[in-house]
Amino acid sequence: MSLAAETFEGAQELQPRKGMKAGELLREIGSVLRMSEAEAADLSSHEPPQDETMIINMGPQHPSTHGVLRLMLELDGETVLRTKPIIGYLHTGMEKTGEDLTYLQGPTNVTRMDYASPLHNELVFSLATEKLLGIDEDIPPRAQWIRMLMTELNRISSHVLFLATNGLDIGAVGMMLYGWREREETLRFFEKVTGLRMNHNYIRPGGVGADLPDGWRDDVLELIDTLPERLHEFDLLMTGQPIWRERLQGVGVITPQEAIALGATGPLLRSTGVPWDLRREIPYLYFDEVDFDVVVGTYGDSFDRYAIRLNEVRESIRIVHQILEKLPEGDYRIQDKKVTPPPRARIDESMEALIHHFKIFTEGFKVPEGEVYVAIESPRGELGCYMVSDGSARPYRMHIRGPSFVNLQSLPHMMRGGFLADGVAVISSVDPIMGEVDR
Amino acid sequence: MTDQAGADYGVPTSESRGELVLHVAREQLSDFVMELRDEHGFNMCVDVTAVDYFAYEAPRHVPAEVDPERFEIVVNLLRMRDRSRIRLRVQVPGDEPSVPSLFDVHPGTEAMEREVYDMFGITFDGHPDLSRILMPEDWIGHPLRKDYPVGKIPVQFKGIENAR
Repeated sequence: MSLAAETFEGAQELQPRKGMKAGELLREIGSVLRMSEAEAADLSSHEPPQDETMIINMGPQHPSTHGVLRLMLELDGETVLRTKPIIGYLHTGMEKTGEDLTYLQGPTNVTRMDYASPLHNELVFSLATEKLLGIDEDIPPRAQWIRMLMTELNRISSHVLFLATNGLDIGAVGMMLYGWREREETLRFFEKVTGLRMNHNYIRPGGVGADLPDGWRDDVLELIDTLPERLHEFDLLMTGQPIWRERLQGVGVITPQEAIALGATGPLLRSTGVPWDLRREIPYLYFDEVDFDVVVGTYGDSFDRYAIRLNEVRESIRIVHQILEKLPEGDYRIQDKKVTPPPRARIDESMEALIHHFKIFTEGFKVPEGEVYVAIESPRGELGCYMVSDGSARPYRMHIRGPSFVNLQSLPHMMRGGFLADGVAVISSVDPIMGEVDR
Repeated sequence: MTDQAGADYGVPTSESRGELVLHVAREQLSDFVMELRDEHGFNMCVDVTAVDYFAYEAPRHVPAEVDPERFEIVVNLLRMRDRSRIRLRVQVPGDEPSVPSLFDVHPGTEAMEREVYDMFGITFDGHPDLSRILMPEDWIGHPLRKDYPVGKIPVQFKGIENAR
């Protein structure tokens, strides 16, 4: 069987213009708001002669498509006319799996979705579960502040990873090494706290998995004290460089109206100048008690998205400094025996503790029926969790609204009319994580 | 029931853990979302998903005027002006699973509607390109339906004879 037949995805692929519906053509040429449907219908009636344009395939195995994103592009020479992302190569049915896991096992599943910011996934799942349980007001403050600390550090590691891959995609290969180095230092701290570099299962319904280990404060301080210097180096290495600016400025422009219409969130939306950050607008945890700035761009281009992420790392460092000051003493998880497993030592001496331990880990805890939608600001945008409970110990339906999945839709709009080589910069600036796109 | 701003939307409402839920008839979905966008300022469609209530044993929480059906389309809308959220739940019968598409109102629902079609087999009238998005094009069945079995299904790979 030929290779083309093996990868054939039928109607999911980019089709010849002739006979296409105007609406879909509007999307593929990236003009939902820029062109009327009548104009698009007119376009679909003029099939360009075959030797003038070319449909090519980029990915799924392409180093700059961040995993297994596949793009079909219609090119006129080097200019991109139409783009269609084809996704699903990493689909593992995690929403279906989530229906078979108890609420306590749930975080192990969702943490694998956005593997560059696993703690945010765990957090949104835990917040949704707690809201269903009705204990969202009773979570101990220390647990909430630890969650804030960990998710902000995770934002740093995710954005630094973006800086690394963005540099690599555009040709600043040195940046790739520096970025991974900084990320590794954050992951080393995560490993100390949670036991794992990634996929932590640390934030759980009811609190966090364990209290912070001895000496954590020094580790965090070392981390956030060395980072500003390194960020300054990144600035020197990239921000002011003419080649870097040339590759990013004015590339992949999107307007605020388009971004909102397409449901884009996170740095992609903020790059257009819309100051929308859920930490500020609809605060969760204790984000209303810390002081930080929402970084916005002006032009909605790839350079703005790069600069926003670079400066959000600085804002996160500011937040972490305040967390270090404000982190209270107390429990790191709720003392609700139906939700929290008893401490290991209690199991040896108390019959009830043993029973609770056994019940929580075998059948899990029951959650009252109902449905909730909870959203947080992940490094990529609005990460939402819609959860339906039927009163049993497993979610009846667990849906994750992945920001990468929605943000990917703006790719055709940003790539239209640009060069193929700019396409790489645009994909990189969206920072999609395919594990979250395909779930 | 009305929201914080006191608006009355003229459709049955309910509340779930403090979140306002509107129950819209499926024929009106597209027009209603457009009305919410133009007159009430809900400018972003954050999420479109669905739930299959086929195996749901607990009592369904819907207002008395609404007949529960097998599927529900769930639309989460956001109003940036005053940072409020609203949720629409639309009943969709299992024997005729189709709803009007929101593509013309919020172009960003395109991928989400394709995902719902792929996972639940619910069709969206007026969607420009309703093809599968996560599963392969020739996949049989819609995985997130509750009558789609977990495990012990023949593995579907391309180019394998008699694989299904």
